[in-house]
Amino acid sequence: MNSQTIDLVYLVSAALFIFSLKWMSDPKTARNGVFAGVAAMTLAVVGTLLRPDIASYTWIFIAIVLGTIVGVPLSWVPLTAVPQRTALSHAFGGLAAGLVGIGKYYLFLHGGELTAFRTGAIVFEVALGLMTCTGSLVAAGKLQEVLPTRPVTYPGQNFVNFSLIGAGVLIGVLLVVNPAWTFLFPALIVLSLVFGVMLVMPIGGADMPTVISLLNSYAGLAAVAMGFVLENKLLIVAGALDGSSGLILSIIMCRAMNRSFANVLFGAFGQVAAATAQGEQRTAKSATIEDAAQILENADRVVIVPGYGMAVAQAQHRVRDVFEQLTKKGVDVKFAIHPVAGRMPGHMNVLLAEAEIPYDQLVEMDDINPEMGQVDVCIILGANDVVNPAARHDKSSPIFGMPIIDADKARTVLANKRSMNPGFAGIENELYFAPNTLMLFGDSKVVMGELAKQLSGEGGMH
Amino acid sequence: MDFITSLFVFMLSTFIGMDVIRRVSRLLHTPLMSLTNAISAIAIVGAIILAGPQHDRTSTVLGAIAVFASTTNIISGFLITDRMLKMFKRKEAAK
Repeated sequence: MNSQTIDLVYLVSAALFIFSLKWMSDPKTARNGVFAGVAAMTLAVVGTLLRPDIASYTWIFIAIVLGTIVGVPLSWVPLTAVPQRTALSHAFGGLAAGLVGIGKYYLFLHGGELTAFRTGAIVFEVALGLMTCTGSLVAAGKLQEVLPTRPVTYPGQNFVNFSLIGAGVLIGVLLVVNPAWTFLFPALIVLSLVFGVMLVMPIGGADMPTVISLLNSYAGLAAVAMGFVLENKLLIVAGALDGSSGLILSIIMCRAMNRSFANVLFGAFGQVAAATAQGEQRTAKSATIEDAAQILENADRVVIVPGYGMAVAQAQHRVRDVFEQLTKKGVDVKFAIHPVAGRMPGHMNVLLAEAEIPYDQLVEMDDINPEMGQVDVCIILGANDVVNPAARHDKSSPIFGMPIIDADKARTVLANKRSMNPGFAGIENELYFAPNTLMLFGDSKVVMGELAKQLSGEGGMH
Repeated sequence: MDFITSLFVFMLSTFIGMDVIRRVSRLLHTPLMSLTNAISAIAIVGAIILAGPQHDRTSTVLGAIAVFASTTNIISGFLITDRMLKMFKRKEAAK
């Protein structure tokens, strides 16, 4: 194929990528979005394979076959593990960009075409790509709990990180000034790999939704930089779409936690929080499953707030059972979804969808809060910080200012938790000591299973 | 293609991306991310361009590894996105 035809194929591919994302805006058309994406990618790959300069296909096909063999099982992970899978994929994306950048540097160098502009683009590509690679691996390790999920910090951390950035920028500038200073290039590679680790290690579990979106953005920008290096518009378009997606999601996540980017990147959440544990002894009231069932049967409106505790316990199917029993009895049940509940944006929605809970029952925080005053029972399932009223009034709390679901405004709160240990942010939740709160201690899956049994047993017999 | 043209393309696609993504329902943010993850595997284009022309062994190997890494993202990204989307059902549709 001549280069003009290939450009046309790329043009169609770029348009399909845009449609792919556009169709994601509504669950009804979302699957078409996937098909458009697949079509776009197929066109891009076939178009590229038909370029006149592609001489040998053996290695490429072996790589594609191996990639397929690894990729298919990767898509079978349980939905609780989707954040890890996504982080791992960002690592692979970053690696690909980094390797292509490295390869192109030496090719341009030996071909004598290493201009300052190309070097600049390569520096961006390699730095972003490799940093995304190791950073995402650390994030995946934290999510899989192979690495400590708590923020790992040490004195002088910001100084070390800023020094690394400084050194990276210096090397980058020197390489642009004189692209042939090849001894600097390996230093850039090592520095980028190390920086990725340093960037993500200090970030704790609660900030993971933001980190994952941010890494998504970096992976996209690495592809954009590759587009500049290869002078390929399709790479720039697709990379920019991915980059802006990650950016928007990060902004949404930061807003949902009332935090700034800088705060997420350079401040560790857990540390501040540990100091605020108060000495005052308060007692929480606990309830039995029978009590809870009775309260729920007398309710008209119930709101369930799912959190990561539900995900860890894999309790979503038992929750569906409770949902069905209550619905059968004519109780109006809704789910209140906080944007940062879970470990990646929108994670709760996916888990509840897996349990076949209809998505019309899932309500976003901003839409449910005005109604919380009229709710009879609010069930909190392994969610903690996202319902902590301290965020509204306690200026000393590390989560002060974070928008929360107003669970405390419900007439009765049933809070399921394994113990009284504080959540991700390491803060005690005063909601659990409120007069209208009853604790249901235990694993979410067990508690919800028992509750569903109670509700069905009584409903069925009489 | 010169640098400025590339910048134009970058700027315009970023604006389009921002606008399109902003409309995506929060319900679908997780599938959105696995979809964009698959889209970022467009890096496979660069990987093929590096591996295909057989400049030297190093660039072929680097390119092939990059093709491998991108392919895993394409395959698993699209498959898992579709798997998740299939589960989103409305009230009437859910049995």
